[in-house]
Amino acid sequence: MANTPRFYDEMFGTGDGPRAPYRDYDAWFSGEEVNNLRRKSMQAEALFRLTGITFNVYGMGEETERLIPFDIVPRIITAKEWSTLERGIDQRVRAINSFLHDIYHRQEIIRAGRVPAEMIARNDAFLPQMIGVAPPGNIYTHIVGTDLVRTGENDFYVLEDNARTPSGVSYMLENRETMLHMFPELFSQVKVRRVSQYPRSLRRSLAACQPPACSDYPTVAVLTPGIHNSAYYEHAFLADQMGVELVEGADLRVVDGRVAMRTTRGYTPIDVLYRRVDDDFLDPMNFNADSMLGVPGILDVYRAGGITIANAPGTGIADDKAIYSYMPEIVEFYTGEKAILKNVPTYRCSEPEALKYVLDNLAELVVKEVHGSGGYGMLVGPAASKKEIAGFRAKLMAKPGNYIAQPTLSLSTVPILTKAGLAPRHVDLRPFALASPKGVEIIPGGLTRVALKKGSLVVNSSQGGGTKDTWVLED
Amino acid sequence: MLGKTAGGVFWLMRYMERTENMARMIDAGLRISLTRSSAAESEWTSILNANGLLAAYLDKHQEVEGAKVINFLLRDRANPSSVMSAVEAARTNARLVRTALTREVWEAVNECWMELCALLDRPAKAQDLPAILQIIRQRSAYVRGSLAGTMVRNDVYDFARIGTFFERADNAARVLDVKYYILLPSIMHVGSASDNVQWETILRATSSARAYQTLHEGEYDPRMIAQFLILDKRLPRSLAFCYRKISDNLDYVAKDYGDRRPCHGLVEQICHRFETMTIDKIFEYGLHEFVTEFLADSQALGRQIEQDYRFYE
Repeated sequence: MANTPRFYDEMFGTGDGPRAPYRDYDAWFSGEEVNNLRRKSMQAEALFRLTGITFNVYGMGEETERLIPFDIVPRIITAKEWSTLERGIDQRVRAINSFLHDIYHRQEIIRAGRVPAEMIARNDAFLPQMIGVAPPGNIYTHIVGTDLVRTGENDFYVLEDNARTPSGVSYMLENRETMLHMFPELFSQVKVRRVSQYPRSLRRSLAACQPPACSDYPTVAVLTPGIHNSAYYEHAFLADQMGVELVEGADLRVVDGRVAMRTTRGYTPIDVLYRRVDDDFLDPMNFNADSMLGVPGILDVYRAGGITIANAPGTGIADDKAIYSYMPEIVEFYTGEKAILKNVPTYRCSEPEALKYVLDNLAELVVKEVHGSGGYGMLVGPAASKKEIAGFRAKLMAKPGNYIAQPTLSLSTVPILTKAGLAPRHVDLRPFALASPKGVEIIPGGLTRVALKKGSLVVNSSQGGGTKDTWVLED
Repeated sequence: MLGKTAGGVFWLMRYMERTENMARMIDAGLRISLTRSSAAESEWTSILNANGLLAAYLDKHQEVEGAKVINFLLRDRANPSSVMSAVEAARTNARLVRTALTREVWEAVNECWMELCALLDRPAKAQDLPAILQIIRQRSAYVRGSLAGTMVRNDVYDFARIGTFFERADNAARVLDVKYYILLPSIMHVGSASDNVQWETILRATSSARAYQTLHEGEYDPRMIAQFLILDKRLPRSLAFCYRKISDNLDYVAKDYGDRRPCHGLVEQICHRFETMTIDKIFEYGLHEFVTEFLADSQALGRQIEQDYRFYE
């Protein structure tokens, strides 16, 4: 690349010496030997293998289990930075829940002309089956993983609102456990806020959304597609940590108007189902008829108040990449406040003027599919060859409505440990928020994903990304 | 507790026990083939038979040959009872019921799988076999120990124990089923060196050799051996012992749930037979017939437990 942009490094800022939040860590680090730390890093890997924190990879006919690489240098956030992020996420999560309620009821925001009607009506993520349905406690998205990126001292942007079934929280927890196990002395030198309360908070938050049919203390269960799903470890981990059953579609059926699980003593009703199965597969009677993963009739039970489904069906309309560009308006419309967290400027290629700009500037932009995820099907202009850009141009022109474009952000870096010592790599951050009628709780920390390849901006684990422990400092 | 979970822990422990038993059988076969090469082929054949694997083996191989049989029993993933297949099935079940297990139990199973994947990555060299077989037995004991040391004594634990003893009894009965003829009283064979080795093999394959020596002052006697493996309640691998345990664990479940199911009647019948039987009566009735009937009863009990506690839809 010709003029390499200067990136903001979270440990060293732009100048000499470490930034304040990293000073204690830096002092500790300079007393350690790189080789020794590298050895510890291998031990961490062995620990992850033993615990079984792996994800399944399919290909070449055989299923293999892989680890997401873990880097032992923590990502550190100050109490002040966190307090802004926390307020911003809280505001956003409240707005998203109000938006979802509105979209499936009176659609005031469309009547007010703030979001165009066709953004909803022609959107696959909008579920007509949810029109007029009021979920228990009026919560649609119970668990949100807001993807944030940083570009400077005070510049945080929301990249995506994962409002369907955000994953990765088990890494937040296990990364911390591993760090505590390997470097206990570090935690007596640096005051880091706990994250281990997450499973209890999750259970409490889910239980607070009990359905009308529940008269006793709510029975919670986690629904997984099964042991072959790439996130199965996380599903089992969360059920285990919450102390609730981990069920599959085959364990469930509708009995007397309730969704019930097959136990050794008979069928027992479930009150709150934390499902990690996509909408499409949730109910073969109401959605994809071929699905073997869901429960026939669960949506009818849901509509009748017999069960809480978390997150609610149809929440995808709120984290759709095309809707994303309207988030500042959405936040303002429902909270009456300016959005605390910034959106990345977004060009909607469905609009002719925006499309023209995007086509003229492809080499500088990041172009994403509206419904894509996992870092697939996107173009990172500055990193792409002429041939790749030409190929993408053709796809874009054929279906402009399928794409949005954003300027290439200068993602901040945090050092990772390499053979040669510390080396900067780009990161993002996914904190986890829990919403219930009692309010929004945000766990101080989150999942920091890091692009392990030098210069790479893609942090997804499917594309060679790793993770770090995320520290929010106490005041 | 989910029905699926009850089935999962039952099978997890069955497969762990199978892993260990298979290692013991290979060990026993190995000894015979080392000391008496002329008997090796028939010994490997009877081991394949005991596990119902002879036909599957002969589908793949022309003749019964030590190294090939060992490879088939240890590593062949096409053989569902090989050590590797069993340990993989154990781990899959452990993943399935991960939430019902303590971290210690899960890690013991996972570590067993990881170590065997590495150890059995390629055909085992003859000189490495004893060490490998020992590791397999140790790993299995480690899983059992983690279970005993860390699990709450509830229905999950009961079904895990039922799985262990069910498989153990099944294994002992299968060994008796293919070897019964060498335990039959016969003037010709008594005291001959050949039978001493054969008897020792039975004891080794059921991990009972040392116990037998201690309790019977070193004298091999086919009748005593049969009595020991079938009826002696001191031996943790005898049929009577395993069924006492299965019955106890099913009783705990019944107390816990406050109801008895058809499987309780079945297990009571089987236990009652062990209580009232003597080895003389068994020989009078026919050792082979007795073992065959036992295997059929045990299969029926397995199906009944599965149904009573809703392992499957």
